[in-house]
Amino acid sequence: MKGKNPKKICTFVFQIAFGTSTMSQKILLNSTEIGIILHRLACQLIENHLDFSNTVLIGIQPRGIYLAERLTQILQNDYQVKDIELGYLDITFYRDDFRRNEKILEANKTKINFVVENKKVVFIDDVLYTGRSIRAALTAIQSFGRPEEIELLVLIDRRFSRHLPIQPNYRGRQVDAINKEKVKVNWSENDGEDMVYLINQEKDK
Amino acid sequence: MSELSVNHLLGIKYLTEEDIQLIFETADHFKEVINRPIKKVPSLRDITIANLFFENSTRTKLSFELAEKRLSADVINFSASQSSVKKGETLIDTVNNILSMKVDMVVMRHPNPGAGVFLSKNVNASIINAGDGAHEHPTQALLDSYSIREKLGDVAGKNIVIVGDILHSRVALSNIFALKLQGANVKVCGPKTLLPTYIESLGIGVETNLRKALEWCDVANMLRVQNERMDISYFPSTREYAQQYGVTKALLDSLDKEIVIMHPGPINRGVEITSDVADSKQSIILNQVENGVAVRMAVIYLLASKIKQ
Repeated sequence: MKGKNPKKICTFVFQIAFGTSTMSQKILLNSTEIGIILHRLACQLIENHLDFSNTVLIGIQPRGIYLAERLTQILQNDYQVKDIELGYLDITFYRDDFRRNEKILEANKTKINFVVENKKVVFIDDVLYTGRSIRAALTAIQSFGRPEEIELLVLIDRRFSRHLPIQPNYRGRQVDAINKEKVKVNWSENDGEDMVYLINQEKDK
Repeated sequence: MSELSVNHLLGIKYLTEEDIQLIFETADHFKEVINRPIKKVPSLRDITIANLFFENSTRTKLSFELAEKRLSADVINFSASQSSVKKGETLIDTVNNILSMKVDMVVMRHPNPGAGVFLSKNVNASIINAGDGAHEHPTQALLDSYSIREKLGDVAGKNIVIVGDILHSRVALSNIFALKLQGANVKVCGPKTLLPTYIESLGIGVETNLRKALEWCDVANMLRVQNERMDISYFPSTREYAQQYGVTKALLDSLDKEIVIMHPGPINRGVEITSDVADSKQSIILNQVENGVAVRMAVIYLLASKIKQ
């Protein structure tokens, strides 16, 4: 596949057998690869938004905020972009699976200290899967005004698994993962390492 | 995030401390929501809520209705004064008739203590008690504690005095339960005739001297004298009550610390507090009203999340 070096991706597979389930995980991206991708994404953003004077970045809670913060740091420190407006958007109250899920939905903090009216908004999230979170975010952002346009940036794009017609404008890496697999993005500030795993959790019958 | 330990909010006495913290954390998010340019979220768009008010109410009813609408619930309102209750219909019949219109949740105020508990055992809907006689008014106590937490950072360890007509007050009882559960020190203050006989058995202090009570406390929650519930005379005159138990600016200024003044409303200005106290910067009365919407949104949201499809 394009851009994928099998030697570079060490397939560190281990199996933990507990009860009747087996779990294996594989490294999709290591910290060097993540660093390179973040710089590329930052450059692509600059290409389209120049000095960011009319652009705001919105990290989608809970996991998109780390990527949004990283990109903001790179834009400010390595590419001297000043005054980037960064906000966090929580989509819990806009989700379409309220009362339909066994798992209790946990709300996070929304922090948007600016108006998005007539701004170019870039949604930032770690993994794009079914597209339902982004659907909720598209509704949620309307509470803060009418943006001129909305773009989507994701680190991992799980293609062929979309439930809705939503595609990213900027993507770090495309991944073909089947539904029972899970993509987990770890960030050093939260999880102690920069790493993307493909976790295969399969229940034996 | 966990979920509430109860399926109905009938009184604070049925809640755990974790429930209260969960409600407050959820209310923090809703407080942010109601300060946005567009103050509405779509969470409860498939939930219908009936507000049944068998007793008069202004701010509680408005606050509940606003909270429900900001969560996108469908709302129907019912006031006993304009209904078939006057024609002799029983409570269960009234509510079952409303429920057959496919209502998921009932917010009820009723003059009889225990009306909410009774309803929860007999009808299939989530019940929120919006005040049952002189028993409990749980959402008021929650918003009071939430306002104290917002103003002072924490409720635990704070000294809180509830002043006034404790005997007829559901706000007092719910507040005592809520504050004790969160680890606050609670006293009540008022004329002996307006303090229930066994009030000390709740593990709280009793003070009949207002100045001493104010010197002790961090927060004073001033209650209204509920003349409409008094069939006999409990004190010689309103003027004498105001002199003994009314908080004035002069009294507040003579204390060696700045205490927080609360009032659940409606205020009888010049009786339990004077106008200059109600409108002073020590008063958080209007914050209580704003927080009321956020806290009620949290309660409704958390209870609705337990209604299975």
